[in-house]
Amino acid sequence: MSVTDWTRATAAQMADALAAGEVTSVELVQAHLDRIAAVDGPVHAFLHIDAEGALETARAVDADRAAGVSLPRLAGVPIGIKDVLVTKGLPTTAGSRILEGWIPPYDATVTRRVREARMPILGKTNMDEFAMGSSTEHSGYGPTRNPWDLDRIPGGSGGGSAAALAAFEAPLTIGSDTGGSIRQPASVTATVGVKPTYGGVSRFGAIALASSLDQLGPCGRTVLDTALLHEVMGGHDEMDATSLDEPVPAVVEAALEGARMDLTGVKVGVVRELSGADGGYQAGVTQRFEESLAKLRDMGAEVVEVSCPSFEYALAAYYVILPSEASSNLAKFDSVRFGLRVEKTTVEKTMLATRAEGFGDEVKRRIILGTYALSAGYYDAYYGSAQKVRTLVQRDFDAAFERCDVLVSPTTPTTPFKIGERIDDPLAMYLNDIATIPANLAGIPGMSLPSGLAPEDGLPVGFQILAPAHEDARLYRIGAALEASLAAEWGGPLSAQAPELEVAE
Amino acid sequence: MSSLDRSDVARLAALARIDMTDADLDRLSGQLAVIVDAVAKVAEVAGEDVPATSHPIPMSNIHREDVVRPSLAQDDALAAAPDAEDGRFRVPQILGEEA
Repeated sequence: MSVTDWTRATAAQMADALAAGEVTSVELVQAHLDRIAAVDGPVHAFLHIDAEGALETARAVDADRAAGVSLPRLAGVPIGIKDVLVTKGLPTTAGSRILEGWIPPYDATVTRRVREARMPILGKTNMDEFAMGSSTEHSGYGPTRNPWDLDRIPGGSGGGSAAALAAFEAPLTIGSDTGGSIRQPASVTATVGVKPTYGGVSRFGAIALASSLDQLGPCGRTVLDTALLHEVMGGHDEMDATSLDEPVPAVVEAALEGARMDLTGVKVGVVRELSGADGGYQAGVTQRFEESLAKLRDMGAEVVEVSCPSFEYALAAYYVILPSEASSNLAKFDSVRFGLRVEKTTVEKTMLATRAEGFGDEVKRRIILGTYALSAGYYDAYYGSAQKVRTLVQRDFDAAFERCDVLVSPTTPTTPFKIGERIDDPLAMYLNDIATIPANLAGIPGMSLPSGLAPEDGLPVGFQILAPAHEDARLYRIGAALEASLAAEWGGPLSAQAPELEVAE
Repeated sequence: MSSLDRSDVARLAALARIDMTDADLDRLSGQLAVIVDAVAKVAEVAGEDVPATSHPIPMSNIHREDVVRPSLAQDDALAAAPDAEDGRFRVPQILGEEA
């Protein structure tokens, strides 16, 4: 293909062009580094950029390709990695000041797989501190801005990974999703993000937030690109005790099948409790959702309504379970083995001072909330009850999937809000994740993909697809079909409609 | 369940090893009370007969042979330590003078 600006191409196109000798990996990496230099000042998707490391990988891939060495499909295609994953030799902070300057001595399994796939790592993407947040405003290093409107949030916690895609700073990025941190940023930036089945991607080397909810996943601008990265990341890993010992679902094949736009025989369930049926969703969000449902019907799918009554309690259960597990996981930031130390006369005073200085407000809120929920006398009422709600949520999903192949909803109730608008109201912030949280409680896979721009504000709206555990491929089939159908109407992908960013000299 | 007050937050912060100034306590305790009230509804729905779910996908413990495998070298493990001595992590004194 003949392309003047490679940053606008899909990862699949880049991979094909590399294989055909139409472009080199060095050219692709340099184009993205130039783009980052031009726009990342205001966007601030990256916390760290590794230009030399990325170019070195690219040069080696180009040399091997010239020598006729057989290479993985995405070899030479650049990628950004969320700063939650440890990267040997590259700073890793998880968005926290308590890890400022930390250089991990090992690679996460997913980092290793990205390296083995020979993908140049452009850098580490910004996130809410320890992935606690829905706007990336809780990063210890300043917020990321939404490329669609720099006054607005790019979602969170993976706002950096989503904004990097929307600003054409990278064709692929990696995210982590504990309650929506891949899907909600995808929704508000008109990109694609997938939370795989719990255990589908190894978490070895992912800095843990809430271990019974966390899952790493792929982010891209198209469903096929996301599938290509999913297959790189996924698969069993004996270094993660929760890793599923089963093959990676055939997600690329499913994406290609979906692009043929035939959904005959597919049953799609609209979850009443996640679809704003009782109000509270922005009008343009509901409108674009309904239009996407019509597209699915046009392609032969049968659309039915299902009810999951216990979802009303999902948000509350999540904000008990997550802080509880986080308060335990974050105990390791104790000033002894790595990270910040604020030296005082005793180790206990040092710990108190270090954690006071190193953690931001949202992290402190959640640690205290979790400490409370797990404390003697309150455990049964909070954590025990939340675990029961989890059972009820799973039963609701089981019943719904008896009737349907996939479930759908808008990914978020609104388009992106303004930076600062909800920062002092934690509860309002938590409500962003109302539609994404149930999937984490049940461990099932979910995808968000663009369904259009809300007419009232011209900002992106996301469409969420959920599938039963282990059935990640269904997301890609339905998602690719909807994407193709919408692109036919728009005359191209929605990402192409993003406003031009001002370019720094 | 009762809501959190300022003294509760101070006690929990001490348990969680986070120093808090008066200003921190003023700011966080109001927000935390609102959140605790909101999440308390988890106790409304699930009765005695509902089992708890700790993990989304049923899993059992995994085992491997008890043989030594390569792991982090001592120098690598200590490389990012705030302080180290003789191949060990070094910390300030454990007990205060009052002890």
